[in-house]
Amino acid sequence: MSLDTTTLLVIIAMAVATYLTRIAGLFVADRLVLTGRAKAAFDAIPPAVLVSVIAPTALTTGWAEAIAAAITAIVAFRLPLLATIAVGVVSVVVLRNLI
Amino acid sequence: MDQSNPFFRPYKREIRAGLRDIAPVAVAAVPIGLLFGAVAAAKGLSTMEVALMSAFVYAGGAQFAVIEAWAHPAPIAALTFATLLINARHVLMGASLGPKMNVTGLQRFVAFFFLTDEAWALSERRALERPVTGAYWAAMALVLWGNWALSTTLGSVLGSFMGDPARIGADFAFTALFIGLVAGFGRSRVTLVTVGVSAAVAALVHHLVGAPWHVASGALAGIAAAYLAAPGEARP
Repeated sequence: MSLDTTTLLVIIAMAVATYLTRIAGLFVADRLVLTGRAKAAFDAIPPAVLVSVIAPTALTTGWAEAIAAAITAIVAFRLPLLATIAVGVVSVVVLRNLI
Repeated sequence: MDQSNPFFRPYKREIRAGLRDIAPVAVAAVPIGLLFGAVAAAKGLSTMEVALMSAFVYAGGAQFAVIEAWAHPAPIAALTFATLLINARHVLMGASLGPKMNVTGLQRFVAFFFLTDEAWALSERRALERPVTGAYWAAMALVLWGNWALSTTLGSVLGSFMGDPARIGADFAFTALFIGLVAGFGRSRVTLVTVGVSAAVAALVHHLVGAPWHVASGALAGIAAAYLAAPGEARP
């Protein structure tokens, strides 16, 4: 059981940042009504962040990863989350052995 | 959480309703938690660090993103900024749910530590019919929180026995998980533009500048693209 100081600082900073986002809504409950472009920008935050995190792995690692990512994206609209992950993992293993 | 509710039976019924609603969500979250713990272990986090992060941060999306962008030593500013960005949605969720909850005063600040996508969605649905009580919220929140803390900790213990994740393709599980989550946001024109721009900018910045700055730059580019791609407001 080890506890790295930098890691602990990251955990504390993440915990504080997350808690602030959780309670911030209580203070703005009656004033925060987003519409139009502002709402579209706010709604875009989760997919934009998720895609940015994986883009290097999915697009620039190699052909096996890029093709597996494309296969995963296609099944993602039809299968539940865990099945989607399974298809992605199996395809990358198969493709790495083929390519 | 003591709701000082004088009526014992409704109190019990609320807890039962909370447990019933959260059960399938908690079951589905177990493999995700195991996965998080295993990949965090592969990135060098100890079991204690995984447990602390899950217990105090308690935000799956942000935790996955931070672990994926993890480096040694950990870039605190960039990882905290990524956490803020991913969790910014909580502000809107809290603003919407806060007035619908039968919880007041300081208890709200305890209750909202446990705000998650899942608990929020279930409570919004319940709020269509009746107020969301503290007992209902507490039952859901504690089950989901304990479930997340335990499954991620267990995953980190199992993960350290697993060895190199690339051998069984587990290193790609993150990517697949995130693709699955992104698909949940639908295929509207604005979403597709967001995803395309974020992916391109993040890959480019990762190539030219390096991790973890691709997360913030790709995300901001995608958000800007969504702003520009969305239909403008009718001016009064």
